[in-house]
Amino acid sequence: MENLKISLLFSLVAFLILITGFVQSWNTALLILNMGLISAIMSLGVNLQWGFAGLFNVGIMGFVALGGLAAVLVSAPPVYEAWSVGGARIIIALFFGVLAVITAGIWIKKIVDKRFKFWGAMIIALAGFFVYRAIFDVGVVAVEAVNPASTGYLGGLGLPVLMAWPIGGLLAAGAAWIIGKTALGLRSDYLAIATLGIAEIIIAIIKNEDWLARGVKNVIGLPRPAPYEIDLQQNEKFVSTANSIGIDPVTASTLYVKLIYAGLFSIVLIVVFILAQRALHSPWGRMMRAIRDNEVAAEAMGKNVTGRHLQIFILGSAVCGIAGAMMTTLDSQLTPGTYQPLRYTFLIWVMVIVGGSGNNLGAVLGGFIIWFLWVQVEPIGQFLMIILTSGLADDSTLKTHLMDSVAHMRLLTMGLLLLLVLRFSPRGLVPEK
Amino acid sequence: MDFLNALIVFSNFVFIPALAYGSQLALGALGVTFIYGILRFSNFAHGDTMAFGAMITVLATWWLQSIGVTLGPVPTALLALPFGIIVCSFFILATDRAVYRFYRNQKAKPVILVIVSMGIMFIMNGLVRFIIGPNDQRFADGERFIISVREFKQLTGLREGLAFKTTQGITIITAILVVIILFWFLNKTRTGKSMRAYSDNEDLALLSGINPEKVVTVTWLIVAALATVAGTLYGLDKSFKPFVYFQLLLPIFASAIVGGLGNPIGAIAGGFIVAFSEVTITYAWKKVLKYSLPESLEPSGLMQLLSTDYKFAVSFVILIVVLLFRPTGLFKGKAF
Repeated sequence: MENLKISLLFSLVAFLILITGFVQSWNTALLILNMGLISAIMSLGVNLQWGFAGLFNVGIMGFVALGGLAAVLVSAPPVYEAWSVGGARIIIALFFGVLAVITAGIWIKKIVDKRFKFWGAMIIALAGFFVYRAIFDVGVVAVEAVNPASTGYLGGLGLPVLMAWPIGGLLAAGAAWIIGKTALGLRSDYLAIATLGIAEIIIAIIKNEDWLARGVKNVIGLPRPAPYEIDLQQNEKFVSTANSIGIDPVTASTLYVKLIYAGLFSIVLIVVFILAQRALHSPWGRMMRAIRDNEVAAEAMGKNVTGRHLQIFILGSAVCGIAGAMMTTLDSQLTPGTYQPLRYTFLIWVMVIVGGSGNNLGAVLGGFIIWFLWVQVEPIGQFLMIILTSGLADDSTLKTHLMDSVAHMRLLTMGLLLLLVLRFSPRGLVPEK
Repeated sequence: MDFLNALIVFSNFVFIPALAYGSQLALGALGVTFIYGILRFSNFAHGDTMAFGAMITVLATWWLQSIGVTLGPVPTALLALPFGIIVCSFFILATDRAVYRFYRNQKAKPVILVIVSMGIMFIMNGLVRFIIGPNDQRFADGERFIISVREFKQLTGLREGLAFKTTQGITIITAILVVIILFWFLNKTRTGKSMRAYSDNEDLALLSGINPEKVVTVTWLIVAALATVAGTLYGLDKSFKPFVYFQLLLPIFASAIVGGLGNPIGAIAGGFIVAFSEVTITYAWKKVLKYSLPESLEPSGLMQLLSTDYKFAVSFVILIVVLLFRPTGLFKGKAF
């Protein structure tokens, strides 16, 4: 019965995407599929944290953006000139910064006297900050002056972009470690607020540190794991194959590229899903759920609750980082201005909750369904609004205002959906077993 | 060396703006802390409640302006404020009846309520954008300055001027008034006392015959009023833009936690701590130092610790420091 329901729901998603293909266009359908795959991975990551362990992370946007940053740092071609004028300075400055933070950390650990502890750590941190800025600023000015219109940053390592995916996960894991270390073990709300903060800061850093990834000037044209459409259209073999199937070669090339991405993303999704599934059914997963359901009892049984929480928080954030790197790869550009918490944090939460927290299949399903709705609510809303306002004159202010505001229907719909599911089916579409 | 000019520059760019911003944060943090103390969850919809209340006030202001009602030198928005508070209260009470009450009766875990507040946040955010659009809206009118730079220079003959905006003055005065009324209410009235009792010990309060639904209703009303006032003051002082209110969530939470969640005095203190840290750390101190140091020591750079784009980082660092050293906050809130 349960299996039937799950397969029905997944067929529904496939059906919806196919309908999009027939009614709108296959490019739109594949775009929804690709972003759906990425959303499903993000949703799996959040499900690890929330579904398995009951951790409330509202900084998903930050971890996703770190993944995107990794894509730039790994795959963009290095700017040698920038490295020679200021690269070393920046690296040394960052090293000093880290050193100061570590020293302050050791000070906090070793010094017992409370007042001494606080002010000592503050002085170390402040002194470290001034040294850091003194070295850092000169390097940054030099780097950003190198051909600012097209580079003005250090560039990446020039490695294949696929390598950015695991590295994006590692970057996100590092950030998660820092946050988890400070905020876990306190009230659950504190983790939420701390993650909310780190996400804003990560975005602020990516936006403003032009030497790192050009900030809001965006890094575009990142290398792709798939061939370029133009090359395919000039490839005789490809054109003749396309013609023999009866598709226009231009359309065929865009579809072909999107299918390659879909294949790559599916592989990652399947790997992450299998790992998550194995984790859920292992003794480790049972321990996690035991901790989630009753922390006090688990602690009494000798489980290190904060330690386990830290572990799973890092794992979940790493998955979000991987998904972020994949998304930047799909766009082949990093545009920090587009990272909005409603889209990259809270929407993922809607996916997990609607899909069914604690159930990996549910999380994947939620990822697909909510992403589909997110994309399609606008045209549907537009359609409904045309019907609703059909009685009004075309030039009435109310009608133009309503038509202009249709774009904001998405947020309303998502909020309503979240509340309805929480109220009437709190375990989601596919409940935890 | 010229300490007087240094002091003027300091007041103009640091002290007065921080005081106004701190008042806005304090009012916001009071709302968060009230919900935390009585309903026992962190309300993520608070930023958007501020936006909603401010939006109604903006609409009412426009309406008043269109029928020719103004307050002369004082912004018309003050006259429109009661409209904002009433509509926002109704909306908030409706969300409580339709959404929050169900979970309260279920005795749901706080984190579920946080997620629910996230849903409310989506809806309010969508509504605000739907009604007024995502763009900047100006609704301030009346006299722009209580004292402008030029007037100040003429008055005192100093080289540096001091500007004191009407909106800053109004923000500070309103905040003081609101806080006085609030504390009078909490300490002197029966309802206020029962709210404090309920916050301190729910079981004991219930046992002594306090009606929990009434306490919750009054709390929401106070929160709606605080959020509308804070949102409108912020909008008057800076400008009204829906998305900005969502971003205020972080400094507001930082303020509430620094002071100790659930503690009203803490929320006010926290608001000013966060505001002053933010402004002092992101301000370029060059001019102040130029006047206050001997010429030989005059700084060459801007003397700015962090660029203004990192103002969120300041609230965040404060938050982390408090979590590390004193999770209950400065004034002993509830941490666990």
